[in-house]
Amino acid sequence: MKIKKLGLVAVALAAASALALSGCASDTGSGSTEGASSSSAIITTNGSEPQNPLLPANTTETGGGKIVTSIFAGLVSYTADGEIENEVAKSIESDDAQHWTVTLNDGWTFTNDEPVTANSFVDAWNYAAKLSNAQGGSYFFDNIEGFSYDADSELTGLKVVDDLTFTVDLAAPEADWPLRLGYSAYMPLPEAGLADMEAFGENPIGNGPYMLASDKAWVHNEKIDLVTNPDYKGVRTPVNGGLTITFYATQDAAYADVQGGNLDVLDGVPDSAFETYEDEFGDRAVNQAAAIFQGFNIPGYLEHFGMDEEGELRRHAISMAINRDEITDVIFQGTRTPATDFTSPVIAGWTDKLKGAEFLEYNPEEAKKLWAEADAISPYTGTFDIAYNADGGHQAWVEAVTNSIANTLGIQAVGKSYPTFAAALDDREQQKLTGGTRAGWQGDYPSMYNFLAPLYQTGAGSNYEGYSNTAFDDLLAEGSVAQTVEDATAKYQAAQEVLLKDMATVPLWYSNVNGVSSEAVDNVVFGWDSVPLYYQITKE
Amino acid sequence: MLWYTGRRILQMIPVFFGATFLIYFMVFSLPGDPIAALYGDRPPAPEVIEQIRAQYNLDKPFIVQYLLYIGGLFQGDFGTTYSGRPVSEVMAEAFPITLRLALLALFFEAVAGITIGLIAGLRKGKIFDASALVVSLLLISVPTFVVGFVLQYVFGVQLGWARTTVSGDAPFNELVLPAIVLASVSFAYIVRLTRASVADNLNADFVRTATAKGLSRNRVVRVHVLRNSLVPVVTFLGVDLGALMVGAIVTEGIFNINGVGGTVYRAVQLGEGPTVVSFVAMMVIIFVVANLLVDLLYALLDPRIRYAK
Repeated sequence: MKIKKLGLVAVALAAASALALSGCASDTGSGSTEGASSSSAIITTNGSEPQNPLLPANTTETGGGKIVTSIFAGLVSYTADGEIENEVAKSIESDDAQHWTVTLNDGWTFTNDEPVTANSFVDAWNYAAKLSNAQGGSYFFDNIEGFSYDADSELTGLKVVDDLTFTVDLAAPEADWPLRLGYSAYMPLPEAGLADMEAFGENPIGNGPYMLASDKAWVHNEKIDLVTNPDYKGVRTPVNGGLTITFYATQDAAYADVQGGNLDVLDGVPDSAFETYEDEFGDRAVNQAAAIFQGFNIPGYLEHFGMDEEGELRRHAISMAINRDEITDVIFQGTRTPATDFTSPVIAGWTDKLKGAEFLEYNPEEAKKLWAEADAISPYTGTFDIAYNADGGHQAWVEAVTNSIANTLGIQAVGKSYPTFAAALDDREQQKLTGGTRAGWQGDYPSMYNFLAPLYQTGAGSNYEGYSNTAFDDLLAEGSVAQTVEDATAKYQAAQEVLLKDMATVPLWYSNVNGVSSEAVDNVVFGWDSVPLYYQITKE
Repeated sequence: MLWYTGRRILQMIPVFFGATFLIYFMVFSLPGDPIAALYGDRPPAPEVIEQIRAQYNLDKPFIVQYLLYIGGLFQGDFGTTYSGRPVSEVMAEAFPITLRLALLALFFEAVAGITIGLIAGLRKGKIFDASALVVSLLLISVPTFVVGFVLQYVFGVQLGWARTTVSGDAPFNELVLPAIVLASVSFAYIVRLTRASVADNLNADFVRTATAKGLSRNRVVRVHVLRNSLVPVVTFLGVDLGALMVGAIVTEGIFNINGVGGTVYRAVQLGEGPTVVSFVAMMVIIFVVANLLVDLLYALLDPRIRYAK
């Protein structure tokens, strides 16, 4: 009897306090209700079906990338400006830019309550780098001692000192190595994941600001539901209740959904709305430069375009024959920013003052003069073409660029269309191009090095056209061992002056991030990588 | 009749193998290495690409790849997508949605198309007939994607009567607008087809006889005119089911429907042989079955048509 009574009292008390609490919530000032509602509200945003299971080191495209960075926290994360802030790392230190000591913060756990330790990183990185695991991001570890492209090999440069400390020995010094570490490939993995990677990729267990809402949260080709991770300890603490990332086949459908109120945040505006979206969305529209560089390459193996005096004259003539301002205005409605270097305005070290930047300005007289000088060496006949893949929406600007070249230089210039990216890539890999080829690069992490080394270094992975210049390679190497950021930046800028002189890649413009958000949300800020900082978004 | 049906079903076997072989060959012949292209401008090490190619049998000659695929089919294995999902799972998700969309569209175009076509045929030359002809001409000449965007904007964005895109489960009520878009072109054809056929039959001898016998106008139209006019319309509808499933690519794109169209489009772009072939083979089967049903329906509509040995 007594026990029963006690129970009754408890129920009554619980009911009363619940009433009081709910009363409290509705009575208090609007400020706190707003906080209360937005901290549980789900933000809906656009995405695309991840190409691979959600393993951090195998996620190299943006669709999966924005999910992985939401559910994992690495050593550092990036601010909107592309600077790094410590997350799991307490410190990342080195005296010589080659031998690094990483100390972790205590108390971090994965959402299965497993602690985040030095082993969580070392094991994850070893898994990612191992050849037979065939992870698309394995090359991010190729600067760590022990890495091999030919055989399975352990990263001998990684050593666990204790639970919260490990050391990293790089094959060569790299002053801005910590800048890389916010990239998805460097995320830690729990032991539970490493035991069964296949199941893990479907239903990953992370340590980030968000986690999967349930073990069926990822509905393939449709959406993924994320909720906040209550145990998260980093600098990206969400002020909303979670994210629903809906996968869209076309940007047009996503844009219609924002217009129709079915979607809160869209990080890409379709071409068809370039002209109208800023009027329609006002200050809820975003149009700012992003870490995306676009241009076209003119391979040195083409006749008349060798890496000699004639080729150089012709490349500069072609570059100066292109009216970048007009094309970004007319074709892209101001959603591109004409290029002045090979990086991006959101990257520290970007400049429009490089020696040779004048080659990127529209100057028809000079262009004609240079072309005539080249013709004096060896007369040019034939048609100059620019290869592009028709499945990527490139036709309009390629035609505008070739028209600009043809009209200025008085030569034949046309776009050469390949049906798919795969087909175009084939001819690039086999060095069978008959002219230029469109090329683009989206930065993996906010560093000048990432915009230069993979594309123009001799033998680098994405250097399909086989560009090679020892002066450039040397400056890049000097930059990466520089002791201060200023010195490094100076070297990287000097390296770009070599690129401007050779002009194997003709810079065109930087892509902007064009986003819109609905009236239901506030504080939509886009990061350096064109992805909104989701954790900051509030919803009424 | 039974024998006829059985023979027709047996005929599907060579059709199936012929179709899969041809499609597999076409996907195989697509230029470029699909695995390298998966990674875009950032290629992993060539060894990594080799490893993945081997995993999907892409390193083997065409005929071996095809036989491995067919061998898998007999064990109920449709292969896997490049993201590692079984194709059978993807098919089980996509087909019901597109089939629902196509059947809904078929229903709209059949009911509305035949009704309007019948009225127009009965009142040939009047104002209703003239407007039906103008509207159907408009629908035929305006591309589907224009109709789609306009209806999406008007009913989804401006009026808010329908969702701008269809949610994942694609329930019937959300599919109404896309089904109307999808049906629009065929609807116009059915109006014209029914109208012409009804107008023809109105002057036929058997209609005059029926009227002379003193049958009510209603009964003459229903039993004698309409039933005879439906033979060409039903043929069209049968063939149209296949066309609707293919045509759904555009509509599914506009309304972000997670169906067959979008999946096949993506798979072709990625060069995912097993996905493309499995999907198209399934579409071939649906197409053939729909045609068989049409042929069987003839006998019901026109008793003079009988299928024997």
